[in-house]
Amino acid sequence: MTATFELILCVMILGTACVALFVRDFLTAIAFFVVFGNLLGLAWLAMGAVNVALAEIAIGAGVTGVLLVLTRSRLLALGEEIACGPARPWLRLGAAAACSAFTTLLAAAVLSIAPGDDLAPVVDGLMPRIGLDNPVTGVLMAFRAYDTLLESFVLLGALVAVWSLAPPAAWPQPPVALRMADPAALNVAGSFGRLLLPVALVMAAYLVWVGSDRPGGAFQGGTVLAGGFLLAAMGGAIGLPRSDDPRLRWALVAGPLVFLAIGLAGAATGRFLAYPDGTAKALIVTIEYVLAFSIGVTLALLVAGPPARAGTGP
Amino acid sequence: MTWTDLAVTLLLSAGLFFYAAGTVGLLRFPDAASRLHALTKADNVGLGFVALAAALQWGSLVVAAKIAAVWLFAILAAGTSAQLMARVARQDDGDGP
Repeated sequence: MTATFELILCVMILGTACVALFVRDFLTAIAFFVVFGNLLGLAWLAMGAVNVALAEIAIGAGVTGVLLVLTRSRLLALGEEIACGPARPWLRLGAAAACSAFTTLLAAAVLSIAPGDDLAPVVDGLMPRIGLDNPVTGVLMAFRAYDTLLESFVLLGALVAVWSLAPPAAWPQPPVALRMADPAALNVAGSFGRLLLPVALVMAAYLVWVGSDRPGGAFQGGTVLAGGFLLAAMGGAIGLPRSDDPRLRWALVAGPLVFLAIGLAGAATGRFLAYPDGTAKALIVTIEYVLAFSIGVTLALLVAGPPARAGTGP
Repeated sequence: MTWTDLAVTLLLSAGLFFYAAGTVGLLRFPDAASRLHALTKADNVGLGFVALAAALQWGSLVVAAKIAAVWLFAILAAGTSAQLMARVARQDDGDGP
């Protein structure tokens, strides 16, 4: 990656970010936000952080983009006016000052990391003990496993928060159907969704599996799975489950629960979230597969929104 | 410069040409249908050339197969979204479906 390429990439990232912020039309802003996320993924790739690039493009650009587009159509269906009039000057100045201060703080933190930082050799030295080759997975699933455990519960909490927005009469109906209203469009989207869902399943399983040794992992695989679910739902190939369906509830909690159970089993034999010698890889891969499935279902339902009465919404 | 380098350069140039043609079409064509036509057709050929160049540069059959899969899914996604967008555009024009 040459300096010219990186410079052009930086300019394009800043440019798309500015357009996404300043453009008046909400849909245009979303489009530029998605382009911004993809370019940011390219930047991570240029720095060799393939795991982060995958997560940024799948979650930051993909799922968040769909979430924003659906939010827009929900607001329009509710008759809300999506307009952003000129903000008050003091509000703009305040936001600019707060963002600048935060950016300066972040930049100072990043620059304070010495080039010969000692963490990488420490992690590399520990990797053989857990039998994985991808240091990012090692950090996420072994050395800082409690972070990932908490993250999986945060995701579950987010879905609970979205569900709590359901009107009392709608509980426990499924969310507003994502299937397209126009029959011909449904036909096109249906073939696409039916074709892509099995591919997404294979792709997600592959991403989790290679995550042990190469870039990939539970969050990336789970997001691909969520994308497959959403496309299939938009094409009418699958329906959305009722919110009190026990199978759905188990699918949602399986990942965090298995993770917690293995962590507690570690506590019984030594330390919380410590894997016994020789079993680390098998346990980590088990956790990652169940976690990826739960993340996929949770993300798809987060995008689908709260339970709604049949026949309402977009 | 080896023959592979030359082939990669030629393929990349061909890809760039089709991308440029697709972009010019997007900007200059009068209505939504012809713009979509320019975008999906020319860009997919351009992507095909760039994918061929990347596969040749890597020189590995496994990587080439993965790149081919990426190209196929890109075509599929472009075709599907073009169909959906063309439908919306026609409805907006008032022609009816």
